Amino acid sequence: MPPTENTPATSSTPSTSATPAIEFKDVEKSFGKTTVLKDLNFSVAPGERVTLIGPSGSGKTTILRLVMTLEELTGGYIFVDGKPLTHTEKNGKRVELPSKTTRAMTTRIGMVFQQFNLFPNMTVLENIIEAPIHVLGRSKSDAVAEAKSLLEKVGLAEKADEHPSRLSGGQQQRVAIARALAMSPEILLLDEVTSALDPELVGDVLGVLRDIAETTDITMLLVTHEMQFARDVSHRVMMFDGGQVLEEGPPDQIFNNPQHERTKSFLSSVL
Amino acid sequence: MTDNFTTLLNFLPQLWEGIQTTLILTIAGSIGTIIIAVILGLAMTSPHAWLRIPARIIVEFFRGTSLLVQLFWLFYVLPLLGVDLDPLMCGIGALALNYGAYSAEVVRSSIKTVNPGQWEAAIALSLSPTRRMIRVIFPQAWALMIPSLATLLIQLLKGTAVVFFITLSDLTDKIQQLRQSTGDTVFAFTVGLVIYFVMAWLIQELMNLLERQATRRLGRRRPNSRSDRRDARRDAREELRLDRLKSRAAANDGASKLGPAGQGGGL
Repeated sequence: MPPTENTPATSSTPSTSATPAIEFKDVEKSFGKTTVLKDLNFSVAPGERVTLIGPSGSGKTTILRLVMTLEELTGGYIFVDGKPLTHTEKNGKRVELPSKTTRAMTTRIGMVFQQFNLFPNMTVLENIIEAPIHVLGRSKSDAVAEAKSLLEKVGLAEKADEHPSRLSGGQQQRVAIARALAMSPEILLLDEVTSALDPELVGDVLGVLRDIAETTDITMLLVTHEMQFARDVSHRVMMFDGGQVLEEGPPDQIFNNPQHERTKSFLSSVL
Repeated sequence: MTDNFTTLLNFLPQLWEGIQTTLILTIAGSIGTIIIAVILGLAMTSPHAWLRIPARIIVEFFRGTSLLVQLFWLFYVLPLLGVDLDPLMCGIGALALNYGAYSAEVVRSSIKTVNPGQWEAAIALSLSPTRRMIRVIFPQAWALMIPSLATLLIQLLKGTAVVFFITLSDLTDKIQQLRQSTGDTVFAFTVGLVIYFVMAWLIQELMNLLERQATRRLGRRRPNSRSDRRDARRDAREELRLDRLKSRAAANDGASKLGPAGQGGGL
């Protein structure tokens, strides 16, 4: 593997003293009798970009889905900006928060999916402005102006009035990124966003994400198989196996000098 | 045979009355069916048990009991309980409840068939459950449910004949009268078949129109649809035009390159 620069794409380093953007506390997740995550503790600083790697079934996608409240948390707590996301402790008991409170919290979080999941019954522009207008209460003209500038940013300004089905996978994914960004999220979750794309379309999508990493200070939590991309944009890489953090550190340390035998064998299988 | 047609002509006003009764029952019954189907169908997909369980019980009850018995119940039992409905209302009510229960199952299963990724994207954008259903899930489920609803509404049309038993004189009843007055069984029932078929065909056409509209909103079309072929022809023409322009430009280019040389040669 060629040696690369030690610092990630931007020089800005996340602050470590502030309240973590995301904090997992004793998180446990099981599907029926299968426990996927157990006693998981970690935190992500504001502005930090963290890549989760590990073999399939190691629970990395589940972590993103828990933060987006797509899965029910079966044990422990998740805090976003220091505030509980789905469950809180009351008189020593773990209680679920009202869904409205949780939904207010998730407006700070955006997610981009492997399968894009654009709404097929809306045009590209309608996909992007739906939530800013109806969730954040922005005016339509503001939302449209913002959507158009985001489309410009992802290189699809001329596709505003197209239906998603008319776009290629790479274009759909860039619209999905614009749609997530239109909510001005503090946290962006990227779940294998290039895995469903033809190889020649991957570059455009990664380019857009690199640009976001360089020009904004959005906290990112990503699951990816694009190791070069992970190495370039992330501040920290976490290796997961069996629902546990096996080792973590700056990308250079993990990729060039992994300590754990399991990490070594995983990396040699994907690189 | 000509006798039959003169009888039919003289009978037309009465036949039209029967058709009207059948049409009112079908249209009002269909509207009722769709309202009941959407309400019960949505309730059955609710995460709240207090909505889901009663809806499921209502659906199973009305699916599991005969339309005719439901009709008799509305017509003969309700008056005993002090509620008097006129026969037409009883007919519409029984049809809407019975077919509404069947259709509710169609609504429920269509909603469940919408790609889970669509629900997840809506949650990721923090859309409220109502907004999520109205703007994202239902429009997609609607396109899925139309073909099954079309079948059920045609069955409803044919089911309207049962109102004969509660003193209403619908198309079937009038056909019986036509049979008696002509004495020609084959003729009378063939006329009946044709009229029912035309009405069923109209429903099917209307539902096809709705389906095309719904799928167009999803940006999906049938493969090789008329509009696809039109687009393909347009693209082909455009390509041909560009080709011609290009070759003409090339020819001009060649001419201008040749031009000075030719002039030079001339001088």
